[in-house]
Amino acid sequence: MNAGSSTDADLPEEVTAMLGTQMYPETATFPVERSYAYNTLAATQNGNPLFWDDEVAAELTGGVVMPPTTLSLWMRPHFWEPGAEGEQLALKVHFDLKRIFGLPEAVMTDNTLVFHEPVRPGDVISNSQVLKSVSGPKTTKLGTGRFWVIDVEFRRTDGELVGVESYTGFGYVRSGAA
Amino acid sequence: MSDHTVRTFDQVTVGDALPELAVDVTPTTVVLGALASRDWRPMHHDYKFATERNGLADIFLNTPNQAAWFERYVTDWTGPRGRLGRMTFRMKTSVFPGDRMVFSATVTDLARDEAGCGWATLDLRLTVAATDDEPERLASTCTARVALPDSPEDNPWSRRGDRWIP
Repeated sequence: MNAGSSTDADLPEEVTAMLGTQMYPETATFPVERSYAYNTLAATQNGNPLFWDDEVAAELTGGVVMPPTTLSLWMRPHFWEPGAEGEQLALKVHFDLKRIFGLPEAVMTDNTLVFHEPVRPGDVISNSQVLKSVSGPKTTKLGTGRFWVIDVEFRRTDGELVGVESYTGFGYVRSGAA
Repeated sequence: MSDHTVRTFDQVTVGDALPELAVDVTPTTVVLGALASRDWRPMHHDYKFATERNGLADIFLNTPNQAAWFERYVTDWTGPRGRLGRMTFRMKTSVFPGDRMVFSATVTDLARDEAGCGWATLDLRLTVAATDDEPERLASTCTARVALPDSPEDNPWSRRGDRWIP
């Protein structure tokens, strides 16, 4: 699918203001924990000894590191926590765009991950989101809507860059829906 | 270090094909993968939501879990000294319970960066195997850039700062 792009004149002012703006700077409410990474390793039957054998981890990386593709895991909110109401959302800009454009459904179509310093147990990760582009109206087999690209930068609390993710989402109204 | 796979830069040639990996997807594959990545969105665990709200055939593999599958596939080939630098993937169709997903890849480029690190670029494909009712389906494509050691003693994980250019 081609995200394309749209001129600012086609976009609501609220969206134009979002483009290129660093939004939702957040710091995780929990530290990186090794036990949670085992869930990803188990889910993908990943036997890389770097993550299972402490001697290998010590020799290669100076200690335990997390699988690189768990990057976003460490910033995703709990499903529920005291005082929280409603669904807890990880990629808030994505859901803002769904609301602004009135697009009830959405899928992710593209994902780029760039891995910098390894993430280690005990690290606390911060991130922020930047809307990079929004397409004009597009119709796919899913329905009619828009593509958008959101970049997310992940850092340790000491400022060290650990990774960057870029998501392309497609928000849409299903074909035939009112 | 014990006798783990060590694939060095000079052992790889453009055009090399990685051994295929086939995995039968079950509802557990999808739900476990989603919860492991702390992705609580209902289309990855709630059949009615996925089919009636999203209009899809079933619950489906979520994005971070696909990334984790690609990581596992690449590092099965490189061994633990292989260090992923970058991964870009495009999801063309969803992967559902009942699918047999098949990972395959070819080395498309070998290059050394200005810091002297050797990189292999891989073109990866995640396909869903044909069944009696459906032809083979391309689910996702992925380009991965992975650093390989120059020798069994070299270690891309030791690179930091200006020496790591992912």
